[in-house]
Amino acid sequence: MDAFLNSVLEGALRRAEAAEAFAFVSQETPVSFEANRLKSLQTRETRGVALRVIKNGRIGFASTTRLDDSQELVDSALEVAPFGAEAQFEFPSAQEYADLVAYDPVIADLSVEQMVDEGRAMIAQVREQNPDLLVEAKLGREVTTVVIRNSVGGGGSYHCTAFSAVLAANLVRGTDILDVYEWAETSQGLVDFDALVRAVRDKIRLAERNAPIATGQMPVIFTPKGFAMTMLESLRLGFNGKMVLEGASPLAGKLGEPTFDPRFRLYDDGLVAQSTASAPFDGEGVPTRRTALIGDGTVQAFLYDLQTAGKAGAQSTGNASRSLSSLPSPGPHAWLIEPGDSSLADMLKAIDEGLLVDQTMGAWAGNVIGGEFSGNVHLGYKIERGELVGRVKDTMVTGNVYTALKDGLEAIGDTAHWVGGSLRVPHLMFKSLGVASK
Amino acid sequence: MRERIEAALRDAQADYVEVHIEEGEWTSIRYRGRELEEIGRTTHRGGNVRALVKGGWGFVSFNDLHSLEANVDLAVRQARLVGQETSQLAEVEPVVDRIPFEFVRDPRQVPLAEKKRLLDHYNDLLWSASPTVQTTQIAYHDTFRRLIFANSEGSYIEQERSDIGATFLTVARKNGDVQQAFISRGNPNDFGFILDLDEEVVAVTRRAEALLSAPQVKGGVYTVIADPKLAGIFVHEAFGHLSESDFVYENERLKEVLVLGKRFGGEHLNIVDGASVPNLRGSYKYDDEGTPASKTYLVKEGVLVGRLHSRETAARMGEPVTGNARAISYRFPPIVRMTNTYIEPGQVSFEDMISDIQEGIYARASFGGQTAAEMFTFSAAEAYMIRNGQIAEMVRGVNLSGNVFDTLANIEAVGNDLEMYQSSQGCGKGEQAPLPVSTGSPHIRIRNVVIGGD
Repeated sequence: MDAFLNSVLEGALRRAEAAEAFAFVSQETPVSFEANRLKSLQTRETRGVALRVIKNGRIGFASTTRLDDSQELVDSALEVAPFGAEAQFEFPSAQEYADLVAYDPVIADLSVEQMVDEGRAMIAQVREQNPDLLVEAKLGREVTTVVIRNSVGGGGSYHCTAFSAVLAANLVRGTDILDVYEWAETSQGLVDFDALVRAVRDKIRLAERNAPIATGQMPVIFTPKGFAMTMLESLRLGFNGKMVLEGASPLAGKLGEPTFDPRFRLYDDGLVAQSTASAPFDGEGVPTRRTALIGDGTVQAFLYDLQTAGKAGAQSTGNASRSLSSLPSPGPHAWLIEPGDSSLADMLKAIDEGLLVDQTMGAWAGNVIGGEFSGNVHLGYKIERGELVGRVKDTMVTGNVYTALKDGLEAIGDTAHWVGGSLRVPHLMFKSLGVASK
Repeated sequence: MRERIEAALRDAQADYVEVHIEEGEWTSIRYRGRELEEIGRTTHRGGNVRALVKGGWGFVSFNDLHSLEANVDLAVRQARLVGQETSQLAEVEPVVDRIPFEFVRDPRQVPLAEKKRLLDHYNDLLWSASPTVQTTQIAYHDTFRRLIFANSEGSYIEQERSDIGATFLTVARKNGDVQQAFISRGNPNDFGFILDLDEEVVAVTRRAEALLSAPQVKGGVYTVIADPKLAGIFVHEAFGHLSESDFVYENERLKEVLVLGKRFGGEHLNIVDGASVPNLRGSYKYDDEGTPASKTYLVKEGVLVGRLHSRETAARMGEPVTGNARAISYRFPPIVRMTNTYIEPGQVSFEDMISDIQEGIYARASFGGQTAAEMFTFSAAEAYMIRNGQIAEMVRGVNLSGNVFDTLANIEAVGNDLEMYQSSQGCGKGEQAPLPVSTGSPHIRIRNVVIGGD
């Protein structure tokens, strides 16, 4: 790979002012259980190289997984460069990177047999509760190497690991179908299998009965997962430097303005331990960092890569996110919402009639830029006089992320939970959201 | 290559082995705001091996074709670790075939400068149609792939596939309120589809502007008329995914719910999926297991009569193969997927459909949808109140949701105006997205639909 990268950079620099080569090598090993039993083992190997050139001030881009012809890659990038955007940045020179541990041999050396055993054990534990359940599990490890090298001597390389587990249970009663799922992901060690099993079992138990719910405005509590599935995407777009630069983000122009509930604090963190979104540098070799996005009720920063920062007259926040097949673009690392002071029990106790939302569907499918959400409550529970009394069906929850997080926030949970490997969120309780049901 | 693949397959100790080799190229052009933001060209080469031993699957994907033999070994070893039952695959006649792709107009022959001129023109139209335009986005792509499929039963198929698409989006803003509208258009074999979109592109911006002054719909239960685009997405999301047999074949209780012969709707309801319906984004001659494409009735005169299969699900359910095993690329194994899915036209005119609705909603096109088991939800891109049999004011935030069994039974009328919809996006299932599909329907009228709202 080194020889290929060198030959790509050399070839590009003979004809362009500046260049950057990005190499990505990964091996994923997913283990899948379907209908209570082991179904497939996979190994997926990916390796490829992307080349970014600046020629006559314009950006050209090409990528390939054909690693036998560096000339073709250079030719492709230079062929499109005359049509490319004007470069508003310079590649970064050599930098100091944080001493981040993103690689864990426990994951890299994990055997397929051990993953199979863990999967079997989880499925058996879930089915103890109800043998009619059909359980699906996916476990997987991924080992990735990233190398960046540019024409001013910048860049670096790192290895990282990720281990993930998904556990899902399905129960059919007549034409009433219940799906419950939980997932976890980490870059260090393995996930807490017992916690996954417990969460799935608890949620199934709570869904044994169905409960009707009225149409109207009512208090709603989102679990960490429910918040992630319903409201997060709007914020991701809203803090994206590109959306801000274009004025498409409702947060554009609101830096330092009171826009959120003062108790609601949000950080983007590229260095937090265990997160699979952590790395010593971003997709263009800029060191990663922790950035406060929301604090004291105000917007404190937006997320930038080099090109977007250049256009906006800002600095890169080390948030260039990229895949093999496209240019870097602003993207989040781990997002952390600071916990508050309410226990879930306190939140429930305060509600006479309301809804707890754990899974939604399609909430992303509306005017997500504007912050509007309207999702089917795929898994949610009616709250009556402080108690969860049953699962709601044929129900939608509707609101606007920005108004809900400004004047609509009632309470913030006292414990933040990881949702996958790049989000840590407490329970959030809103005073009043739209609920529609049959 | 063929000799190497066939030798590797011959030596494999498994009940069944298949190899996919793929080579392709992808051109992408994106605009954000006034300017072209990204133009890139991607080439790829890779392959995979899938092996079946005693009912267990092993799968290996790779970019380095030199290690084909070692990867066959690895896939077989993995399958052996899994397999504890009996392998079951429906019979498919082995076939040796080569299908060159036929373009109407090949996007690779169109110079980049010409593509850019055309997209510049559309971007100007998006911007000039309203003073409320805050930003625009255009995403264009064309892809071309050469695929080789070979299996241990003697099949060797060379196919080529292409996909071209463009999405145009406007974000409008007024007094801090942000609204968006878009269209997405695609085609498998004709660059010409993108040449004549002026009116539709202007309408995108007009719609985003109109949404700024449209009130939020009031949540509740309504009679809804869905246009062909939205109804097509409904039938894909809500019903089509339930027809994918990998969802059903190991779930005894779901099999009872979805037993063939059961009535799901009125006699006016006919639902079809088929890759053999030609010249659409979901069309092909052989699926990714080498099974010939077909046209499958899922619902005929309101009764469930068929479902979509891979070779394994067909064997396990004792039903005929349908040629619906598809993978988005060599990085993934084929799984049961839809192709071109649509509701066949009925008898009712739009005028008759709307005339007796006192209060209802006319919902057009969609931002997207999602389904989980029998529950579905999808959003309308554009919606109007229906009052006293007439289309009335525009409303925003219309998100439809429900239970598919109730909803199919609640289809009161099927229009006479079938339209197929080909977007630039695709279908997602598990990790595999986007897969090129098409959807279609005439206008349909559904009673008792839950609409989210304040």
